[in-house]
Amino acid sequence: MPLLQVKNMTHFFSGLRAVHNYNLVIEPGEIHGLIGPNGAGKTTIFNLITGVYTPTEGEIYLEGESIVGMQPHEIASRGLGRTFQNMKLWRHMTVLEHVMMAHYSKLTYGLVGAFFGTAKRYREEAEIEKHSMELLDLLGVAQFADQNVLNLPYGVQRKVEMARALAVQPKILFLDEPTVGMTPEELVGMMEVFRTIHREFGPAIFLIEHRMKVVMELCEQIQTLNFGEVIAEGTPEEIQRNPKVIEAYLGKEEVE
Amino acid sequence: MKEKRFYRIRRFFSGTPALGWLLGAFGAVLLESLVGDPFSEILGLPKIPVLFGVVIMLKKPALIPGAFAYVLLIYAIPVILFTRITAKGMNWMADKLDKMPLWFSAALHLLVLYFTLDLWAQVSDYRLLLIKLMLIAIMLTLSLNVINGYMGEFSCSHPGFMALGAYVASVFTVGLFMNDRLFGHALLPAGIGQFLFPIGLILAGAIASIGALVVAIPSFRTRGDYLAIISLAFMFIVKSLIENLEVVGGPRGLSGQPDWATLPTVFIWAILCVWTINNFVESTMGKALNAVRDEESAADAMTVNTRKTKMIAFMFGAFWAGIAGGLLAHVLRYINPGTFGLQKLAEVLAMVYFGGLNSVIGSIVGAVGFNLLSEMLRPLEIFKWIIIPVLLILVMIFRPTGLIAFKHFDIREILKPKLKMKERV
Repeated sequence: MPLLQVKNMTHFFSGLRAVHNYNLVIEPGEIHGLIGPNGAGKTTIFNLITGVYTPTEGEIYLEGESIVGMQPHEIASRGLGRTFQNMKLWRHMTVLEHVMMAHYSKLTYGLVGAFFGTAKRYREEAEIEKHSMELLDLLGVAQFADQNVLNLPYGVQRKVEMARALAVQPKILFLDEPTVGMTPEELVGMMEVFRTIHREFGPAIFLIEHRMKVVMELCEQIQTLNFGEVIAEGTPEEIQRNPKVIEAYLGKEEVE
Repeated sequence: MKEKRFYRIRRFFSGTPALGWLLGAFGAVLLESLVGDPFSEILGLPKIPVLFGVVIMLKKPALIPGAFAYVLLIYAIPVILFTRITAKGMNWMADKLDKMPLWFSAALHLLVLYFTLDLWAQVSDYRLLLIKLMLIAIMLTLSLNVINGYMGEFSCSHPGFMALGAYVASVFTVGLFMNDRLFGHALLPAGIGQFLFPIGLILAGAIASIGALVVAIPSFRTRGDYLAIISLAFMFIVKSLIENLEVVGGPRGLSGQPDWATLPTVFIWAILCVWTINNFVESTMGKALNAVRDEESAADAMTVNTRKTKMIAFMFGAFWAGIAGGLLAHVLRYINPGTFGLQKLAEVLAMVYFGGLNSVIGSIVGAVGFNLLSEMLRPLEIFKWIIIPVLLILVMIFRPTGLIAFKHFDIREILKPKLKMKERV
């Protein structure tokens, strides 16, 4: 049984067809890439699968269970972690609070614990704090735990966001352009982070990326999207040679 | 030069722990209750100045020296002397308390605070009323801060929640335990009523939080201005509903509430309110409010149940607003729908934004400061409503999120022994 399966997904934004007849199969532990020019519908596909939008047509299965129509937090707590193109960090919260927040669905102390501060609450909070610190440690940003995220350098913010997504304990991780706007040094660090995550937790990864270097190096399977439709699918080598992909990115070669 | 002067002042005050200040204040109040009357006579004052002499100074400028001397000799000098002399002992005691469980230490401090307030209030009924209203204002401000500050929704429905709570609690007590024109004979003896009063208040809070669903459910899809208008509409609906309900007196209001909102009752409820709200906002479940405010879609993607979070915030805030309303009804012993209108809304919002968003201590400072200020400046009549708004504008310009915003309320930190700056360096 595949980890994530999308069948014939189509989505309209009031008459505009954003995604057409999209299919996807991701097996556990696989790294899958999604590339395409700006406006091709990549982020829309992410938002459809993660539950931000409900697809007009089609079916989505996570571990064999249909997740169409579920709230994003329900889908997330089933083991789908994600990062955002523009990070979407919480501006008034510290690094540690960010990672602890992503444990929300695992808290069982309920309102009584929250209002009256029961022993169970302090035990659970201590547990998730410990786990959060381990994640921050793994990504090498533990020393910033008590700082407000807005005061940190861009590369660190990206890592914090990654730690936050990992705190969901994802079976599959959706990364939306995780290296956008990075310097070459930060990029190298981020690639290392991807490898660490994959080695330590072994989640499947679904990646939107513009930098060909990253995609070609990491992904086992790549889909190319243009105007909401998959125009090519295959291994990195196949994609690189595919004339349709070249056309979508560079335009058609003029025949004299 | 200037900084050095400030440093000196700060060093002068920084050596005393909270316990020292509380006991100092208690000493001053004790002094007042013992020698206040003859002392004010010597200084030519008609009676003990009720609000640190400010009201008298503004009313009769000729009495300024007397009132000033009174405040200096009864409050300022004894407190400063006491805290300076006992600083060492107090630090030793605070250190001992710091090693004991927090609840014990906190309870002890609160006990001293309560006796100070009680003794202070014994001088005049005006002071008693002022303290009760101030404690209720703290509850209101804090509960609104949960919605407007911690969750960042601009809710205008707080007077509506208060009105629900005030009427439910009043109907409970007047209807069950009092002989009343509207509700007829008492159903139960008034003697047990005092003990059942908390049940009435909890009922008031519960009804208010059910009312909050009317605002909470639209908040799933709307934010900002639109939600502000929905909540404003809710406030008006509640007000006109009560105005048209002849059963509870309609626009004439409801009176005859028993005098059960005594100082200890109000004090305990206020402490409970501060305690539960602080517990809540310090938990990860409570911090989910901040996550929803700062970036809702990210909160949702990180497994935070945003709808539940919004419902909890509205219902919890409304619960305490309802209880505060119920207490208010029993402090004033008369309510009418007009009490819970735009004026009240402006007052509560001003206290929240004056004190500081996202901060328990800010709300306490906001409520106490605003109430004291508004009482002290009462003799200025119309000018009061120029000075207070100007102050608010200044706060908004220089500290846009309020005086003490985004601060944790760490009780242990407040109560711990204080070393002198010199020793700390």
